[in-house]
Amino acid sequence: MIKYFFKAVSVTAITISLTLVSAVSFAATDVRIMWYGDGDKENVPIQGQIDAFNAANSDINVILDIVPYDAIMNTLPIQLAAGEGPDIARVTDLGGLNKYYADITPHVANPQYYEDSFGPFLKWYRKAGDTSSIHGFHSTMTVTGPYVNKTLFEQAGVDLLGPGATWAEWADAANAVASKLDIPIPMAWDRSGHRVSGPAVSMGAQYFDASGDPKLVDDGLKAMTQMLYDWHQNGTMSKDLWGSVSGTKYHAPNDWWNAAEVVFMMSGSWQIGRFANEVGDDFDWWAVPAPCGPAACTGMPGGNALLAFTANDAVGRVMDYLSSKEQLGAFIGEVLAIPGHLDLPVDYQTDDPNAKHALETFAGAVPTIDQVAFDLQAHVDNRIMFNAIISRLGQAIVGEMSLEEAWVKMDEDVEKQLKEKYGG
Amino acid sequence: MGNTASLVKNIVTQKKYKEKYHWTDYFSYFYLFLGVFLMFGPIIWLGLSSVKTLAGIQEYPPTILPLSQIQVEVDGYEKPLSLYNVTLEDGSTTELAEIKRVGITSKMVDPKDTEQTYKIPIDKREKIREFSVQWDNYLDPLRKYNFLLYFKNSIFVTVIATIITLIINSMAAYALSIYEFRGKNIALVFVIGTLLIPLTIILVPVFYVIANFGMINSLWGVILPGAATPTGVFLLRQYMLTLPRELIEAARMDHASEWAIYWRIVLPLSIPAIAVLAIFSIMWRWNDFLWPLIVLSKSEVYTLQIALNAFHGELTSQWNYVLAMTMVTLLPIALIFTYLQKFITTGIASTGMK
Amino acid sequence: MSNIRINIKNFFIRVFNIPFAFLMHAIDIIMWPIQKIIGVRNMPYIFLLPNLIFFGLFVIVPLGVNVAFSVTGGDELLFADREFSGAKHYNYLFDCENYLNANSCTEDFFWRGVHNTIFFVIFQVGLMIFFSLLTAVILNKKIIGRGFFRSVFFFPVLLSPVVVGLIWQWILLKNGILNAFIEANGGDKFSFLTDPGWAMTSSIFVSIWAHMGFYTLIVLAGLQAIPPNLYEAAEMDGTSRERTFFRITLPLLMPNLLVVFILASIKGVQTFDEIYVLTGGGPGTSTSLIVQYIFTTGFASSGSVQNFGLAAAASMVLGIVLLLLTLIQLYLSRSRENKHQEI
Repeated sequence: MIKYFFKAVSVTAITISLTLVSAVSFAATDVRIMWYGDGDKENVPIQGQIDAFNAANSDINVILDIVPYDAIMNTLPIQLAAGEGPDIARVTDLGGLNKYYADITPHVANPQYYEDSFGPFLKWYRKAGDTSSIHGFHSTMTVTGPYVNKTLFEQAGVDLLGPGATWAEWADAANAVASKLDIPIPMAWDRSGHRVSGPAVSMGAQYFDASGDPKLVDDGLKAMTQMLYDWHQNGTMSKDLWGSVSGTKYHAPNDWWNAAEVVFMMSGSWQIGRFANEVGDDFDWWAVPAPCGPAACTGMPGGNALLAFTANDAVGRVMDYLSSKEQLGAFIGEVLAIPGHLDLPVDYQTDDPNAKHALETFAGAVPTIDQVAFDLQAHVDNRIMFNAIISRLGQAIVGEMSLEEAWVKMDEDVEKQLKEKYGG
Repeated sequence: MGNTASLVKNIVTQKKYKEKYHWTDYFSYFYLFLGVFLMFGPIIWLGLSSVKTLAGIQEYPPTILPLSQIQVEVDGYEKPLSLYNVTLEDGSTTELAEIKRVGITSKMVDPKDTEQTYKIPIDKREKIREFSVQWDNYLDPLRKYNFLLYFKNSIFVTVIATIITLIINSMAAYALSIYEFRGKNIALVFVIGTLLIPLTIILVPVFYVIANFGMINSLWGVILPGAATPTGVFLLRQYMLTLPRELIEAARMDHASEWAIYWRIVLPLSIPAIAVLAIFSIMWRWNDFLWPLIVLSKSEVYTLQIALNAFHGELTSQWNYVLAMTMVTLLPIALIFTYLQKFITTGIASTGMK
Repeated sequence: MSNIRINIKNFFIRVFNIPFAFLMHAIDIIMWPIQKIIGVRNMPYIFLLPNLIFFGLFVIVPLGVNVAFSVTGGDELLFADREFSGAKHYNYLFDCENYLNANSCTEDFFWRGVHNTIFFVIFQVGLMIFFSLLTAVILNKKIIGRGFFRSVFFFPVLLSPVVVGLIWQWILLKNGILNAFIEANGGDKFSFLTDPGWAMTSSIFVSIWAHMGFYTLIVLAGLQAIPPNLYEAAEMDGTSRERTFFRITLPLLMPNLLVVFILASIKGVQTFDEIYVLTGGGPGTSTSLIVQYIFTTGFASSGSVQNFGLAAAASMVLGIVLLLLTLIQLYLSRSRENKHQEI
């Protein structure tokens, strides 16, 4: 009996002391940011800015979680659904998560600054009917558009096409270069419905019916997907790229591009910093104006935004810091992106002529973006449409169904998911 | 009698005494060597590739050994320049260093005679390479991407989970083997039944349960659900059934508490089976992928497998890092393997995996 | 073992014992009064308790929750926000004009998963049993370095599915070493991972590579349990090796082979990790297996609606299939035992 009590007391004492030793004190407020970046080019500068903020503000501890893009697309929604999730996240599916965004208007120093600087973009984050909440700010604006490997064109002796060239003409040019120099992939696109949509709008796709509801498959979309399908069958595009993943998984052909095995790559302005870093001096990568279709010569606008899920003063201060002209300007200048800010002087940190030309080209493309593209980007359910396009088109390309069946399934997919989301 | 028996045995188990070797013997050795090549080959190739430069990894056809281009210091140029074998217009070859590539021509200089610069078309030059091991492939991610933290997380999960598994499974096995009690058969059926319900079926609901406990994004959310394994209970129970009851009875006579009997007598005697379970548990936990993938999204709680998969998808243009980190991930398992291979291969046989 | 190794081992044992003993004593503090109260006869329930709690919480409760999920709809996780939908999800899943043509089904991704999984399991399990048997027979012979060879085949079993998928993806890439070897010998490059037919073949191969060693050891254990005097008798009678194998070895090995068959099929149907890393389910959906469907529908839908209810319904279907598989095979093994007893 005595032995027992002695044992009990000593064990309890040891356990308590061990627990005390390992306890951590939380003096500062934590602000957690879930961030994805396009490689080191973006991750290193933002980490630097966060470190500086933490050093200057001892009562706030900002934690930067650098996660892959996949996590933002897949894990973030689940976490938010389960009531977990970060305080701030860098989001691309701007409309899709809007039921979780927090209004930080009472917590920022100057709400008018946000209206003045990010005005047109703020509404992309708001729920239907809301016209005044401030949920965050645009981190980088992006425009989709093509690049070519200019060095390969020079070697093959083929001239670059100018503005006004059609998709068919570009395909021919790419094929000519590839066959002359024995390049395996004449044309490569990011595997993404968003990427397909700009050219689809150029071919006349409307995406919405007269009353503004999603109507995916129309003649314009059919024409564009038919082109993509044909290109995969005749060798212009390689089945190895889109074929290497399934469903809605995103895949960018950067590794092939870096190895100079692609002549023409359809991607977007976010690659500028990455190419400057990874391609460097190996070849000249040249941004060309968006190819034309019967309706327009447009890309898709996009970008990502830093949006708040918690509304408190700490979050407000972090947002103010990161959105300030000084910090945002420095960030944009480092990563070589296009700002989603109406009045931001940027000093681009690069000597690379390719990067400079690309920045000019894409910035110049912004005014020519078609209204349909803008509306599509702003729409809450655009992801559903993008995913339907790419997963079904992918299946048609590898032969699991005919293109006609794929079109039927695309419409069915959209209808099913909207029904599941909104009921009825 | 024993001699005759062993003599006969020798004759039977070895090659037929009429011929030296049967064709099945040749085939056996061939098969075994093919097996070694197939089983180990991929790992070796992974190891070799993981110390190559990015360019070396991306080139085709790939070289077996890690090579990288030689760089030379040239007078008058501050950065070292890459060395090439160049075919000149007159057909002779010489070694030149490249200053800059412009379009499809390369401006090059002769390192021995820095006055002379050349303009060479880029298809007339060939890189000169030497054997070089890129340890940076390992060091960079450890520095930049926090792989050390993920390593720590994996170790934490593996160790804690294995300890919990061993304790509660051995307790359950102890109850089900040493005692007779009402409801024992029901409990046994219950345990075996859960063997039929793999995690994949109850993925979403277990996530829901964990979410309600607030264990999303916590390593405990990864550790706890899999702690009670029916295979573990089974394995240990089979072994404990073979223990002599007299020891336990004697201990009871000596007024030992049941718990003391458990951990002072039964556990030490069951060490072979416990060792097998421990090895399996370590292996399962270290390699666990699907469940942590769902539970963890805060990068500071990533385990090694999740981090590896995430960065594989993200950094497909940086295969050198991916390959290096893959090697790091499989290193602990490889170590366990080399030291404990006897345990594993004999352990499974002796505990009779039924 | 050398002296040094023994000393190191003893050192580790002693160091390990300290926290272990501490933990055991700590738990004893709770156990002793409990035993005093409920008596020795009732102690097993206490020992069983932690395990049962875990099973209950993480297996039984989720099973119930799963049923609940499968009969409710919406894209919310918490039940408060979900609405009862009855058999809607199940109807969805089984709405097909022609069960053999996935495209004719409403939820065609599900049926693709089903067809792919059936194909995959048949070939993977069949080939795996064949190779495990072959390898075990060879390993059972008296050959030099037998212990080494045994562990060689077991090595891939220790690798994580992510590592397995990554290594083989690296090797089978269009520009990977296997294609380099083929081209060097005058062939054309293969699309091991991006051609629908080849992708499935590659998946089956990689899956066998990764799991074969485990089953080989089980078969080997069975081989070693066969009493050698049977072989001696056969040798005396002058039986050929082939006859010995088919008439003696194989029948006695049947129980082991059945165990391998059951385990491999159950595991095979649940395959997800290594194939997902290897091919991502592609090209198209040619290597998308059923667990991937559940995973994608419920979790990784890339911004589309996360349909927890549908995923739960699909997993219920999977569970029932697994149950049937196990019952059938248990019946087979029971009838085999009966047959033996008749003999």
